Parts: sequence; C-alpha cells; structure tokens
Amino acid sequence: MTIPVHHPGEEILLDYAGGSLREPFALVIATHLAFCPCCRTKVAELEAIGGALLEAEEPASLSKECLPALLKRLGTGSAACSSPRKPSPSVFAKLPTEVIRIPEPLRSYLGKPLEQLCWCSAVGGIEQVDIQVGGPPIRTRLLRMKPGGSMPRHYHPAIELNLVLLGGFRDERGSYRRGDLVIDEPTLTHHPIADDGEGCLCLNLAEAPIRFTGLVARLTEALRGA
Amino acid sequence: MPESGASAHRAGGHNFNELIQAVARERSQTAFAVLFEHFAPRLKSYLMRLGCDAGQAEELVQEVMLLVWNRAETFDPVRAGAATWIFTIARNRRIDVIRRERRPEIDFSDPALEPEPVETAERTVETERESARLLAAIAGLPDEQAQLLRLAYFDDKPHSAISVEQGIPLGTVKSRIRLALDRLRKLLREEDA
Repeated sequence: MTIPVHHPGEEILLDYAGGSLREPFALVIATHLAFCPCCRTKVAELEAIGGALLEAEEPASLSKECLPALLKRLGTGSAACSSPRKPSPSVFAKLPTEVIRIPEPLRSYLGKPLEQLCWCSAVGGIEQVDIQVGGPPIRTRLLRMKPGGSMPRHYHPAIELNLVLLGGFRDERGSYRRGDLVIDEPTLTHHPIADDGEGCLCLNLAEAPIRFTGLVARLTEALRGA
Repeated sequence: MPESGASAHRAGGHNFNELIQAVARERSQTAFAVLFEHFAPRLKSYLMRLGCDAGQAEELVQEVMLLVWNRAETFDPVRAGAATWIFTIARNRRIDVIRRERRPEIDFSDPALEPEPVETAERTVETERESARLLAAIAGLPDEQAQLLRLAYFDDKPHSAISVEQGIPLGTVKSRIRLALDRLRKLLREEDA
C-alpha cells in the first residue's frame, strides 16, 4: 500500500489534537490518520504538547470529598458505557475484505458493508450515501465514481474536503490516491476523472448552502460552466 | 514502583507512567491516589477554562479519573506519556459531555490501519522524561506565545475566534502559535534522536 502524499495542514491537526475540531471534520482527519503514519506522528507530538500544557495548568482546589467519593466508585465499572465502540472479533471476521479496507473510525460510522448502504445516484454518474455525523450546515457523504468515470466540470461555492478511500481520481491540479486528503477551496472549478482500475470512493465533507439542497438546484450548479 | 522514586524525573519523586502501570497491574489505590492528587486539580482547571462551573468540573474530573482507573491496562507508555494519555481522555470526555459529540479516533488495533514504517515502529521514546522536558520548555515560552498556545488547546474555538476575542490579527495568532509549536516540537525531535 502507498503512503498518502496530500496531507491536512498543521492548523487542522492542532484543532484535532486539541479537540476543538467539530465531529465531521474530526472523522475525516482521524480516517486520514489511519492511512498516514506521518500525520499520526505529528498528532502524537501535538497531543504530547497538550499533555504538557495540562500539567502546566495552575492546580484548582478540589472539594475534600472528591477523592473519597471517587475511591468508592472504583471497580463499579460505571465508566464502561463510554468506552469506544468496536466491532467484536467475531463480527469482524465476517466482514468482507472490501470493508476491512475501510479503516476505523469510519467503518463504525458506516455500520455496514459498502454494498449494503443505500446508494443513490447523483449528478454526473456519481453515487452517494449520506453519513449521519454532526448536522447542518455540514453534509458528510460517501461519493463513488465508476472506473474511468468523470464528473461534469463544476464550481465549488464553499470549501469541501475529499478523502480518497479506494482507487483514486485526477483533476486539473493533480492526481490523488488512497489516503490523500484533497481540499477544494471555494471558487475552485474542476473536472475530476476517476482512475481506470478501481474507480474512486471518497469521504466527502461539504458545507451545504441552501442552493445545494434541491436536486434541480444541485444539477444546475453542477452543470454550470460545463 | 512509585515509592522507590529511583527512576523519577519529577519534583515530588513520582514517575507517573509507572503509577498508571501499577494501577493496571495491581489495581493499586495508593498509586491511583497519587495520580489523582497530581492530575485532578489540573484537570479541574482545564475543564473550567472550557466553561464548566466548579461543580460540573469536579464531576467531570471524577469521570476522567475513573476512566484512568478502568482503562489503565490500555496505557502504552511508548505511545504516550501519562500526562498526554490523561489529556486525551479528558479531551474526549469533555467533547462527549460538554459538546455532546462523538470523538472519532483511530483504532491502533485495526487491521486496516496502515502500519508504521519500520524505523518509526522501533523508535522508543522516553515519554516520561520527554514530558518533564516539555513542561520546562513551556515555562520558558514568551508569555504572548504561551497564552495563545493555551487558547488553541483549551478554548474549543478556531483560530479566527481567538483572533477576534483577543483583538490580535489572525496572522499574528497563527504565527505565534506556530513559533511556540516549532520550539516545542524541535525539543521533542531532539529527544527522539
């Protein structure tokens, strides 16, 4: 497997490590980290700095009963509910190879194999599935293009993130492979074409302005400049 | 063991990595109480910076320390030192409780995870010593950098909002934070070598 070459910027990694990044963005970053040992090292450094900042905090005084009350709760297991969700090994063994290629944390957010998701057609031969994470104004989707498929030339009114999960695509700026994080700045106009072999599956995150909510409007928007 | 203090690197003579491992191995309440005495008051400050009142902060401190107790076995001192590990638990818990959002995290045991290159995997970092050195370096940062760095980690706001609140241009906010991070990271990378 190849290591990604298009990475998130330092600022967004800091927001992820510090915790201020909102959930849909954090999902994209965490999934990129699963593909990218180099960004994992950067996040580990930023978290180490977070740990040192915590230690450098001026200690606040705690009420006297805080520790005794806590000691009584030890071993009650009442924190178990907040442990991270993970598929059990038996569930995992049944997953098709294709699904294993979708790493955590995204795999848990999808909840089922790719082919069991409710794909629907969008403009330009693209298929899409919405993922329930966060809420408006951010829309989080899986987008896929067939091998060699292309999307009509279109214009981005707002910033958009694409994380390539399988296959790859190219546009006027370059080519992108599995694990690459592609940031489409507002006003970008481009014409993406999926790779011939596997096509392209992306995790897409977009601010969804009102004119994108209706199909007709989306179609008009997508075809502008084509 | 903590009581020996032989390998301690801190004032107070405690090696926090070893204390967490003692909690994992022996379910040592003594070790846990020492961790609590050190980290709980700092966690309370951290949570109050994020907007908790004193009561809510103490309730969350208890939850975070309970997670430290329950998850001590998952602590890996090669991956992160004690303070870092506890920071990430507190960060995730406050996102969950205060912001009511899930925290997407990678799963290091996931077979779909791209493995580390060999040289990184073999690298062993003395996280306890590293954390003590970082602490000293933070104390040595210029005030203007240290203050913005704290806001970047503890304010739950993007840089643009920090800029507006502090009345400092966005470019200056970014460059001060970057300067601080560069200085601290340089130290981390020297340690690794």
